[in-house]
Amino acid sequence: MRSLIDIADLSVSEIDELIAKAEDIIADPDKYAEKCKRKKLATLFYEPSTRTRLSFESAMLELGGQVIGFSEAQSSSASKGESVADTARVISCFADIIAMRHPMEGAPRVAAMNASIPVINAGDGGHNHPTQTLTDLLTIKREKGRLDHMTVGCCGDLKFGRTVHSLVAAMSRYEDVDFVLISPEELRVPEHVRTDILNASGVRYRETESLSEAMESLDVLYMTRVQRERFISEADYVRLKDTYILTPDKLETAKPDLSILHPLPRVNEISVAIDSDPRACYFRQVLNGKYIRMALIMKLLEVE
Amino acid sequence: MIIGTIVDGIVIDHIPAGRGMELYGYLGLDKLSCEVALIKNAPSGKRGKKDILKINEVIDLNFDLLGYIDPHITVNIIRGGERVEKRHPVLPEEIHGVIKCKNPRCITAVEQEIEHIFRLTDRENRVYRCVYCDTRAK
Repeated sequence: MRSLIDIADLSVSEIDELIAKAEDIIADPDKYAEKCKRKKLATLFYEPSTRTRLSFESAMLELGGQVIGFSEAQSSSASKGESVADTARVISCFADIIAMRHPMEGAPRVAAMNASIPVINAGDGGHNHPTQTLTDLLTIKREKGRLDHMTVGCCGDLKFGRTVHSLVAAMSRYEDVDFVLISPEELRVPEHVRTDILNASGVRYRETESLSEAMESLDVLYMTRVQRERFISEADYVRLKDTYILTPDKLETAKPDLSILHPLPRVNEISVAIDSDPRACYFRQVLNGKYIRMALIMKLLEVE
Repeated sequence: MIIGTIVDGIVIDHIPAGRGMELYGYLGLDKLSCEVALIKNAPSGKRGKKDILKINEVIDLNFDLLGYIDPHITVNIIRGGERVEKRHPVLPEEIHGVIKCKNPRCITAVEQEIEHIFRLTDRENRVYRCVYCDTRAK
């Protein structure tokens, strides 16, 4: 029985297999319509989420399975003080697989250590969000036709942006991938990402505060939201939230085949004027999220 | 400085200077009823200074903990006034229930029953990280 807590739990070949499976689902979804019949997914969401929860739920429904769960901590036994470990043990009696989002870092790891069914980390605070990373990888693969030999720019909140940390960890394992990390000084990638991932893998990367300066070198631009909920100080949030806004004029020097990704939701960091640009991939990215979660659920449930 | 001779007990030698008291606490030596001596800043040929712990009883030691503090620590087991065994701890892959994660966003900060576990992520620089949130042990 396996869980997915960190993208590093998957080997490169396993990631490639999941992407291939997702592409096969996209090509022939009817073939998969009953693969998880009589299986139940429990979505344990201790903090609000629209895309991720609905993506998991629609993924399971499209596999012919069923969904139970809760979408806020107040409607669960957590409000009575039940531990994550006990909740995981209890839900193991009702469901076949768990998708958990929790505001505290490491909560899904605790669940996986105590559940008797697979646990998928659907986001734990500012820490990991591996299914978003799988979504991003599938999107890049579908847009570029490859996951190697490219320059990836990550822009915005690189300190608290868990999707960036996981994406960097995953893509640094592919050949000849360079990173340009674009952020204000206060929101640079944390030390553990720099030492344990970037330096340890020997990948080429540079850090800059200028989106315009980096633009022309990028094959992929991964934009992130500066998240209010990750700041202790409201003043810091207000000061930094508008630092990087992508507008059509900033794309003047961009490659014609640039792929612009965003984990969503956006606030104002990508102008709506960009939405009609064929290089904007973020709504296709959302759809890819459902397919890769279908592939992942099947893998963890060992459904062929 | 003269500390009474141990007949049956343990001498933990070559503790990095300044960390003897920390080790005293981690090993729970304050709970022992036998004689325990902490010698701080003893002269050391290799490092200039070192700390030493002398315990006048043979007790079970957490060698993972000793290895985490410093794998160069030496543990001498004394029986009948003679050293009968000399052991070195090794850098453990994991350390359980000793050091605490300081990250206020870690699940261990709100659920007190969870065992704190740290994993070795960089052997060369002896870096340990919380298995739950990846925060580096201080």
